[in-house]
Amino acid sequence: MKRFWTALAFGFAASAFALTPAMAASATLAKVKANKLLRCGVSEGLPGFSNPDKTGNWMGIDVDVCRAIAAAILNDAKAVRFIPLSAKVRFTSLQAGEFDVLSRNTTITMSRDVQLGLQFTGVTYYDGQGFMVPKKLNVTSAKQLNGASVCTQTGTTTELNLADYFRANKLQYKVIAFEKDDEVTAAYDAGRCDVLTTDQSGLYAQRLQLKAPADHIILPEIISKEPLGPAVNAGDPAWEDLVRWVLHAMINAEELGVTSKNVDQMLKSENPEIRRLLGVEGSFGESLGLTKDWAQRIIRQVGNYGESFERNVGQGSPLKIKRGQNALWTQGGLQYGLPIR
Amino acid sequence: MLRVLAMFSARRRLDLVAQALAVGFAAWLLYVLFMWAFGPGAAERFRFLRDETGYDIIQHLVPYTEQSTHARALLVGVLNTLLVAVLGIILATILGFTIGIGSVSGNWLVAKLCEAYVETVRNVPVLLQLFFWYFAALRAVPGPRESWSLFDSIFLNNRGLYVPSLTPQDGAGLVGLAALAAIALWIALSRWAHDRRMATGQGFPAFWVGAGLFLGLPALAALATGLPFTPSFPSLQGFNFEGGLVILPELIALVLALSVYAAAYIAETVRAGIEGVQRGQVEAAQAIGLTRAQTLRLVVVPQALRIIIPPLTSQYMNLTKNSSLATAIAYPDLVSVFAGTSLNQTGREIEIIVITMAIYLTLSLLTSLVMNWYNARIALTGAR
Ligand SMILES: N[C@@H](CCC(=O)N[C@@H](CS)C(=O)NCC(=O)O)C(=O)O
Repeated sequence: MKRFWTALAFGFAASAFALTPAMAASATLAKVKANKLLRCGVSEGLPGFSNPDKTGNWMGIDVDVCRAIAAAILNDAKAVRFIPLSAKVRFTSLQAGEFDVLSRNTTITMSRDVQLGLQFTGVTYYDGQGFMVPKKLNVTSAKQLNGASVCTQTGTTTELNLADYFRANKLQYKVIAFEKDDEVTAAYDAGRCDVLTTDQSGLYAQRLQLKAPADHIILPEIISKEPLGPAVNAGDPAWEDLVRWVLHAMINAEELGVTSKNVDQMLKSENPEIRRLLGVEGSFGESLGLTKDWAQRIIRQVGNYGESFERNVGQGSPLKIKRGQNALWTQGGLQYGLPIR
Repeated sequence: MLRVLAMFSARRRLDLVAQALAVGFAAWLLYVLFMWAFGPGAAERFRFLRDETGYDIIQHLVPYTEQSTHARALLVGVLNTLLVAVLGIILATILGFTIGIGSVSGNWLVAKLCEAYVETVRNVPVLLQLFFWYFAALRAVPGPRESWSLFDSIFLNNRGLYVPSLTPQDGAGLVGLAALAAIALWIALSRWAHDRRMATGQGFPAFWVGAGLFLGLPALAALATGLPFTPSFPSLQGFNFEGGLVILPELIALVLALSVYAAAYIAETVRAGIEGVQRGQVEAAQAIGLTRAQTLRLVVVPQALRIIIPPLTSQYMNLTKNSSLATAIAYPDLVSVFAGTSLNQTGREIEIIVITMAIYLTLSLLTSLVMNWYNARIALTGAR
């Protein structure tokens, strides 16, 4: 009889574990904590998204996602090692486990999500593919590009959209596809092609790198949807959750008006949503394997989504990109913080 | 089994066991690879080859569109790689032999220039040279609307070199056949000339006659069939030139960079080969009254070739493999197209990399097969 009770007790214990998968510890989180370092895959230099400044300090909206994760886990937004990746190698390196999170202006697509063994955790920036041409060609619409030579980067969604667009519009074109971004820009600047195409945000950034940026215009057409967001390896769902909620904490903070400047006053707020976000109420931080004040640290060290946007790509940056689709849903945009509750 | 083993000495036994293990391991590896490529599940694994690629390739020697399959893209990539390799090898050989011979010529200035070439070129990474040729060339020539032109039918601009082309019509096959026949005749002719010289000591200008045949026969066939070609001339249409044949700047830069680089190594090989021929041979040749050029062509080079061919083979293989630097300047070779874009669009990394490796291996083995055959042939001539 004693055996029976023991067996029953074990059975209960086991099923209790099975029923709480959300509490499963993340191996990646444990490793980040042990090394006191987050490894983050970024671009090889795309101003506004991920780009080292003169002192070698990485800056950008994609970089901020990684800094926010590091702030949440290690209370140190600087505890990040950035690993620059070309478009072509990014997924292979992620699969090989060379870093913990990929935050490299990467478009979420079905085939990437389903076939590559990775998980996307949200949208940092809603983008779309555009075209840049020299002003002297007197082109005002992409529809006039019949017969043009187009420079682009391999291993991107850009290549495929380009083919679709020209085929759908019955236009001829010649594609010249380079592996590295620098080479695309250099070839375009040297006149090898009439058109440079990539994500529109990237066009604004690349235009700044040309010899005479003012001599080039970006055409009005947007030919694709490019939701850019971070990705992690599948197989560590708790880590995936953590990365997802770090971004949503930043968006929620903007929605609730919590900024890096006012976060301390906000601790006294009566608003239950703010109280949950900042960890005054509930134990949302603990459920991620962090401490209560995880979001406070993100907001204090990195800022909310809007602050990061303006600093990196918006009015506080040389790119001066408008919020557009990246405004909050309450202001006609698409950014929508999932509820923390 | 043990009885058989006991017949050998201890050392020999150890050797046998080691060999058996090595053979067994190799057989196992082959088996695993074979099962992976052809066994159960392989059809599923390689199904992506029949999917549409959805991307375009700027240079294709066989028909190709975005709706073609990845298998077709693979073929396009292989042919583009072969094109660069063959052109590069021809150019590198001509350049390398010229410089190699130049560096042992009696002329001090020529020898120094050749030496300087070898030292500079060998000491700059080939990728850097590639960028140099590519971007230097792009900046040196004008855009399409300001093209340099020759007789209004050949145009050079930063989109490429445009030349008129001939599109074959019905009956053009005969012209092709005539060209093949001319090549066969050329080979037969040089054999006959060789044998005659061996037997009688009399020369025959087989090269010139052969070259004449090669140009003349197809021309005659073309005239006889009423010129079955429509010419196409390049002309500026909108952004770019259309019509004719275009040689891409990427192709030009890649062939130049690879052959200039390989030529430096080939020149060293050639120099070593020539220096390896005994001085007595040259003196004897001059004693019987051969000119300098004849001495070089008839006495020195044939003997030097036996020393040159083996290292030359590995230079050819290096050039072929280096052609994968193409990705850097957007030339659509095998690595750039198939192991690049196709890989990224399908995510079939292992399959694509194994196929690509197998192709490079085959190319290397073929090169070495042909060169070994040639080596054996010239070795035999010497022994006769
Ligand atoms: N969003 C597209 C394109 C991403 C992409 O690679 N864009 C280029 C041009 S904006 C880039 O980031 N280059 C910077 C680099 O290669 O480091 C994708 O995910 O495929």
